[in-house]
Amino acid sequence: MTQQFRTAAGGLIDRSRPITFQFDGKTYQGFHGDTLASALIANGQHLIARSFKYHRPRGFMTAGSEDPNAIVQLRTGSRKEPNTRATTIELFDGLEANSQNRWPSLAFDAMAINNVFSPLLSAGFYYKTFMWPVSFWTSVYEVFIRKAAGLGVAATEADPDHYEQCHEHCDLLIAGAGPAGIAAALAAAATGARVVIADEHPLIGGSLNSERLTIDGKSGVEWAAEQMEILSKMDNVRVMTRTTVFGYYDHNTMAAIEKVNDHVAIPAAGQVRQRMWTIYPKRVVIAAGATERPLTFGNNDKPGIMLASAVRTYINQYGVKPGTRAIVTTNNNDAYRTAFDLHNAGVQVLAVVDSRPNPDEHLAAQLAAISIRLITGKTVGSAEGRQHVAYVQLVSTDGHTSDPERIDCDLIASSGGWNPNVHLHSQSGAKPVYEDSIASFIPGISRQDESSVGAAKGSFHLQDCLDQGHAAGVDAAKMAGFKVKPKAKKVATAKDEGTYAIEALWVSPTPHNKSYKQFIDQQNDVKVSDVELAAQEGYDSVELLKRYTTQGMATDQGKTSNVNALAVLAGQRGDPVPEVGTTTFRPPYVPVALGVFAGHTVGNDFMPIRRTAIHDWNVKNNAVFIEAGLWLRARYYPQKVGDTLDDCYIRETNNTRGNVALVDVTTLGKIDIQGPDAPEFLNRLYINNWLKLPVGRARYGAMLREDGMAFDDGTTSHLSENHFFMTTTTANAAPVLSHMEYYHQTVWPELDVVFCSVTEQWTGIAIAGPNSRKLLEKVLDIDISNEAFPFMAVGECKMNNITGRLFRISFSGELAYELNVPADFGEQAWTELLEAGKEMNVSSYGTEALGTMRIEKGHVAGSELDGRTTVKDLGLEGMANRNKHFIGKHNSQRPGLLEEGRLQVVGFKSLESGRNLRIGAHLVDDSIKLDSVSQSQGHITTTTYSPSLGCGIALGLLKDGASRHGQQIDAVFPLDDEKVRVEICHPVFIDPKGELVRA
Amino acid sequence: MLRIECPWCGVRNEDEFSYGGDATLERPSDDDSIEAWSRFVHTRKNPAGKHTEHWQHVNGCRAWIVVERNTLTHEIYSTAPASPILPAGKKSTRGLNT
Ligand SMILES: [Zn+2]
Repeated sequence: MTQQFRTAAGGLIDRSRPITFQFDGKTYQGFHGDTLASALIANGQHLIARSFKYHRPRGFMTAGSEDPNAIVQLRTGSRKEPNTRATTIELFDGLEANSQNRWPSLAFDAMAINNVFSPLLSAGFYYKTFMWPVSFWTSVYEVFIRKAAGLGVAATEADPDHYEQCHEHCDLLIAGAGPAGIAAALAAAATGARVVIADEHPLIGGSLNSERLTIDGKSGVEWAAEQMEILSKMDNVRVMTRTTVFGYYDHNTMAAIEKVNDHVAIPAAGQVRQRMWTIYPKRVVIAAGATERPLTFGNNDKPGIMLASAVRTYINQYGVKPGTRAIVTTNNNDAYRTAFDLHNAGVQVLAVVDSRPNPDEHLAAQLAAISIRLITGKTVGSAEGRQHVAYVQLVSTDGHTSDPERIDCDLIASSGGWNPNVHLHSQSGAKPVYEDSIASFIPGISRQDESSVGAAKGSFHLQDCLDQGHAAGVDAAKMAGFKVKPKAKKVATAKDEGTYAIEALWVSPTPHNKSYKQFIDQQNDVKVSDVELAAQEGYDSVELLKRYTTQGMATDQGKTSNVNALAVLAGQRGDPVPEVGTTTFRPPYVPVALGVFAGHTVGNDFMPIRRTAIHDWNVKNNAVFIEAGLWLRARYYPQKVGDTLDDCYIRETNNTRGNVALVDVTTLGKIDIQGPDAPEFLNRLYINNWLKLPVGRARYGAMLREDGMAFDDGTTSHLSENHFFMTTTTANAAPVLSHMEYYHQTVWPELDVVFCSVTEQWTGIAIAGPNSRKLLEKVLDIDISNEAFPFMAVGECKMNNITGRLFRISFSGELAYELNVPADFGEQAWTELLEAGKEMNVSSYGTEALGTMRIEKGHVAGSELDGRTTVKDLGLEGMANRNKHFIGKHNSQRPGLLEEGRLQVVGFKSLESGRNLRIGAHLVDDSIKLDSVSQSQGHITTTTYSPSLGCGIALGLLKDGASRHGQQIDAVFPLDDEKVRVEICHPVFIDPKGELVRA
Repeated sequence: MLRIECPWCGVRNEDEFSYGGDATLERPSDDDSIEAWSRFVHTRKNPAGKHTEHWQHVNGCRAWIVVERNTLTHEIYSTAPASPILPAGKKSTRGLNT
C-alpha cells in the first residue's frame, strides 16, 4: 500500500493530482502540493541521509529551508544538483532524487564505522588527527577525508538552464508573507505606496498554512488566500512567491532569488530556471518569522525526531502523519499545539513531557480533557532505536537520572523554543540582542531603513503579529511620503491562541549520567562535547568556536543550531548567554545557485562583442578571428583549404613588405580633442613637445602614469586650428580617456579644452608597402607625392564620394598611410581600395602579420608596456622634454628607476636554425641549470618568425639590455625543457634609419 | 552595493562608477622635490571613518565627482562635482612652468 501515512483528509495538497517520483531508485507516489519530504513521509520513508562525519542515519528534522539533514542529490545528468533540501523541493512528476554521503546504500553504510571511531573526529579534528606523519597525507588522510566527507557530487556537464537578473524599485519591501508581512503589505498598499512582498513558499500565508489558526472568523488558510487575491489585483503591489530575500546589503540594497521553474522537471522553452532580483526599497520590513530549535538530548539525531512545529506542518499543510505513537517534549507552551494537532489527526499521543515543573494550567486542562498524559519536570534524556526511534528514556530535569522511564514510540516532537529570524537584520549591519523572556535573540537598533515585525521580532502572539505588521506598513508609507487616512483600514482580528512562555533548557541530563552523543549541529555532526572541548582548548569565543568545530557552517548555516551552541558555550564559560555574543550572519540566507549570479553573462554572452565596419567582409573572406579586448579582429586570411596560420601571415607579411596590403586598424583608440588649450593639455599629458606641432602634421607621443611608469603611446595629429586627433593603443583606449578626464576635471579645470572618444565613428585602414602610394594615387583626390605629403603629414582627402582623413604614419616600417573614413563608409572604402589594387595584387593582412612587422620594426606594445617599465627601459627616454611639466615627470626620476640592473627592451635573434622563441621564456647564462630560473636576467615578451630575416626573432626585457647588444644568452622554457641560444641585438631589426617610411 | 548620487544623473549603482582615490591630496608643483611627488603618489592615510574621495561616473556621464564616504559603514555624506564649473567668459589660465 502506498502513502499509508496520509491523513484521511485535509492539507493543502491536491489529492486528485497524484505524482510519481523516485528516491534512491525506488518509485513512490505523492500528491501535487507535497514537498519531497512530505511525500516520502507519507510513504513511511524517514531515512533520508547519512550524516557528514559519523554516517549516522538521519531523517527529517524540519519542514523548511532550515533543515540540517534532509539534503539530497536532485535530478540527474546535466541538471544534477547536490545538497538540495528535500524539505523545500516541491514535488513534480518524474522527480528523481538520490541520497548522498552513503556507501554502498542508505540502509547499510560502511562508513558508519566512523561512529565507533568518533573520538578521532572530535572538535578540531581537521587540525589534530591529520597532522602527522606527513607521508600519510596523500596515501591515507586525503583518501579518507574525500570518501568520508562527501556532500554530494556536482554535475560535470554544462548547466543547460537559463538564468536572469532583474531590478526592482519600491517604497517598501516585505521579506516574508506570513500574517505580519501580509498585514504590512495591506496597510502600505492602501496608501498607494509601491510594495513588494516576497515569500520563499509557493503560497503566501507562512504559519497560517501550517497551523490551525483563525483570523476574522475564517481559517488562517482561507484568510491568507483571500489576501493573496486582494494584493495580486493591486497595481502598486508585486507579490513574489517562491522568492527568498537572501541578502541585505549597503544602502538598503536587497537581493532575492526567485525559483521560477524549480517545481517542474524542465523549464518550458524560453523560460528561465531562476531569477535574481536586486531590489532598491526605501524601507524594508522584515517579517521573516522564527525558526524553532530542538532540545538537546542523547541520540537526538535519530530519524523520527522532529521539531514540534514541523510535525504540525506535516499534518496540517501536507496531510501526512510523521508517526503513529508520539511523544511531545518541550520547555515551552507552543509545543502543546502539536499534541492537539496529532490527536486531531488520529495519531496516538503517549505523553507531553514538559521540562518545566509548573506548566500552564490552561494547557494542562486541555490535555486532560482529551486524556493525554502530561509529564512535568522531566525531559527526554535519550532516544533509542537502530535506524529509527523505538523508545525514549525520560529523566528529571533536577538531575535525577538513575531510574529513567521508558516509553515506546516512533515519533518525538521536540521544541526547545523559538529563535526570531534576525538574519536579514544582522546582515544590514545591526546587532541582535538577547531577550531573556524568550531565551533568544531579537533585533537590536536598526542601522539601515528596516524594522522587524511579528515572530521575527520575537512576538509570537498572532494578534501582535497582525498589529505590528499593520503599523510597520503604515509607517513605511508615511516615510515614503504617502498620506495615510486616519481610519484607513482595520487591522484583522485573530482568535486568541494563548501566550508563549518558556523556561530555557539547553542540554538535557542523560540517563544514569552516561555519555551520549547529543547533537547541536546535525549537518556538521557537532556535539555538545565538541563545543565543551573547544571551550576547554581555548576556542571560547563565538567566532573561534564556529571555525574550530565547523558549527553553523554549510547549507543550513546553523539555523537550528546557532543559539543552542552559544548557550552551551556560555555554560562552559560560566557566563550568561548575552555575554558570549552572537555570530554575525552573512548573506546568503539560503544557498543560491551560482548560475543565477552569472545570469545571462555566460559563454559568448559573457561580455559584449565589438565588431568593426569591416567585420562582414572579413567573415565573407574566411578571416580567422582573434579577440582583442572586446573586439573581434581578423588574425589571418586563409586563401585555400589547408592554409595554416604560418602560411598566411608569412604570405601577408611578404606582400606588405614587397608590394602593398591593407589592414583594419579601427580598434585603435581615437579621441577627438578641441579647444584653444588643446596643445597645452597634450603637452602635459605627453612627455614630448606639443606646443609647436603645425597644422597638418602628426607626432608620435608617449605618456606616463603619475607614478612615472610608461602608460601608453600613439600618434596625435593637428587637424586644424584648435583641433587635434589622438590615437591610443587598442587595449588602453578606455583607460587613456578616463585618465584625460581625471586631469581635465580635477587638476586642470581651467584648461579650455573638450574631448570625446570617436573610436567607433571612424574606420581605420592602414595601407602599407612600397606600392602603397601608387595604390592611393589611383583613388584619392589629393597630391600625396613625398614632397606634398611627407612622412607624418595629415590631411583631408576624398575617395570617390567618401570624405576621409589621410595620415602618413607607419606601424610596419614600410612606406604607409592610414586612411580614416566615417564608419558607415568603412566597408565601402575597404572594398574600393582592394578593387583599385587588384591589378597590383593588393591583399589584406591580419593582426598576426601586423604583429610580426611591429616586432621586426621594434615597436613596443602592450607586452612591453606592462606597468613596470619606464620610458628609459623602453628606449624612449630621448623623447622626454624635462624643461616642461608632464604627468609622471618627477616620479620617473626616482633613484630606483634610474639605477643599473633594470630590465630594458632589446631584440633577440635565434641562433638555432628553424627554432623559434617562446613568449615568457627566461633569459639565463648558459652555465645555469634549466630548472634554476631564480637566476633569470629577464624574459621574452613577444616573438615571431621573421620572414624578412629568415629566423626566429623576439623582443624582450633584459637586465641592462641596452648595453649588451651583440652578446649571447640562453632563452629557456623549463616547462617544456626547452633551451634556445639567442643573440641580443637592437630591437629594430629592419631599416634602423627609418628610410623606408620616408621614401 | 553602494548607491552613489551623481550630481548630474541622480542616484546610481556603484557598478556604474570607478574609484579614483583620495580627493584631498594636493598635487605638488613642478618645482617640488621627487620625494614630495613620490609621497603624493604612494603615501595614503587609510582612515577608518570619513574619507573624501574621487569617483568617476564612468558608465554614465563620465563626470569625476567628489564623494564623502565612511569607510567603516559605507555611509555617504555628500557628493559634488569634482570640477567647479567655470563662469561664462572666464579665461582659462595657461600652463605650468612651460
Ligand atoms: Zn553621472
